Amino acid sequence: MPDITTNTGVLTSLAAQQGGVDIVLDHITKQYPGQQRPAVEDFSMRVEPGELIMFVGPSGCGKTTTMKMINRIIEPTSGSIRINGDDVLSLDGNELRRHIGYVIQQIGLFPHFTIAENIAIVPKLLGWSKARIAERVDELLRTVQLDPGTFAQRYPRQLSGGQQQRVGVARALAADPPVMLMDEPFGATDPITREKLQAEFLRIQADIGKTIIFVTHDFEEAIRMGDRIAVLSDRSQIEQFDTPARILAEPANDYVRSFIGEGAALKRLALIPVTDARIGSADAAAPAVTVDEHSSLREALDTLVLTGAARVNVTRAGAVVGSIDQAAISAALGSEGPARRAEEA
Amino acid sequence: MATKATVSLIPGTGLNDETGALLTGFNWEDLMAFLTRRADDILELTRDHLVVVVVSVVLAAIIGIGLGILVRNRRIARTTVLTAAAVAITIPSLALLALLSPVLGLGWLPTVVALVFYSLLPVVRNTVVGLREVPVSVLESARGMGLGPTRILFTVQLPIAWPVIMTGIRVAAQLTVGIAAIAAYVAGPGLGEYIFKGLSSLGSKNALNYALTGTVAVIILALVLDGILVLVARLTTSRGLRA
Repeated sequence: MPDITTNTGVLTSLAAQQGGVDIVLDHITKQYPGQQRPAVEDFSMRVEPGELIMFVGPSGCGKTTTMKMINRIIEPTSGSIRINGDDVLSLDGNELRRHIGYVIQQIGLFPHFTIAENIAIVPKLLGWSKARIAERVDELLRTVQLDPGTFAQRYPRQLSGGQQQRVGVARALAADPPVMLMDEPFGATDPITREKLQAEFLRIQADIGKTIIFVTHDFEEAIRMGDRIAVLSDRSQIEQFDTPARILAEPANDYVRSFIGEGAALKRLALIPVTDARIGSADAAAPAVTVDEHSSLREALDTLVLTGAARVNVTRAGAVVGSIDQAAISAALGSEGPARRAEEA
Repeated sequence: MATKATVSLIPGTGLNDETGALLTGFNWEDLMAFLTRRADDILELTRDHLVVVVVSVVLAAIIGIGLGILVRNRRIARTTVLTAAAVAITIPSLALLALLSPVLGLGWLPTVVALVFYSLLPVVRNTVVGLREVPVSVLESARGMGLGPTRILFTVQLPIAWPVIMTGIRVAAQLTVGIAAIAAYVAGPGLGEYIFKGLSSLGSKNALNYALTGTVAVIILALVLDGILVLVARLTTSRGLRA
């Protein structure tokens, strides 16, 4: 079995990559026997290192199937998948999966393992020392904001849904895999917990910069979290693959438009920081009406509407640096699309 | 079943009591004397009874869990095994012993074979049910983390199914303690000997003492064994699985 050595070499190099690697899906098709049409047909995509890619689409469109072919929970019928340049279809499936983080909606914590033991599963498989595992478990629990002293020795059933999913994320990150696959990870939680988990995860991702494929049917979640969004239709066909701002500004077709739904402009404003708008001089008339410069234009507009003021003052670290009005906000919205195109050209 | 057979002896006595003409009177001092005189004998029979039950249940657990693992994901095999085991358990124990004895002779061998036979149903059924109750999400996350099928079976499925399997083993043990008493019919070991002695010497002075001693000892043995198994189940089940 000459492959073994090369496999180990590839996996070692994968294990050494912690920041994120590129993923190339090349003409992937999944045809289930006895079904007329493939579940996924001729899917090609290139994901850059450290990108958080959202797959959005209705249930049954093949988005989850597409994702699961990357760690070969589902084997593609044809096509090739390369992670960091290496063909994953030639690797041992179980070995491969130990180097790809995997988070699912139902979490799937082992009920008979403590939280610490759950997080230690993959490091143990990889033969880490006890001391290293213990240290890593501690570190990860802190990362997902669970106190190790309180939670390490508890069992999953003693945790709330939100806490369990935090552990699910910690467990997927345990061996510091360069790639993470997330299948509607926050879908089963209530809206408040979900927003919290999303924000927390974005904060973690800003630190670790993994390459992530994140499947969701919630377009709001996709806009909020994704670096780029792939809007998928039946058989995992890519209707549009672009940044959230660009998809909102220029939906490729009616299908994408139907996904965006009402209020596209407001959704776009939520993505644009206040500093992108033309900031005029400070408005002395209403000094109490302020937004921080790190807020979004949507928050600025919200403040305008709520207070009825003509202008809202923009503050930097508490000090007023200028103000914007509704015209400036509208202008920022109008310039968003063309400006980005110019950048790329 | 043994219990049922002996219980009927007591109303039998009661009937005599009603008529006022006691054939085999019950006398507390007589019983005490009987127990004292035969203490060693009773202990030995109890020990044999326990050993034959433990040996049979352990064998049945090994075979039953193995069988359960083999058929759990094969629909036809699973149905066949579970149906066969369910039918098997309806065969009267006395009839089974009568069938086994001409082939296997007398004593321990036919007894153990018969007891394993009856123990299999609860063990196989609970193994299959327990394994199939492991949540799909747990299996998927296990696979997603790179655990192979064998590792998943031993570190995920069996431990999670364990409380259910242990319940099956407890049922098997209870069943077996009773049936082992019947095995005295083919000269099997254990307390059945006293029960049969009582039955065959109805009317004699010690008939009731024999039957009563055998029956009560079987009940005590069953309770103690169950208590031990509850403890074992508790100690071998993860705290995370306790309700």
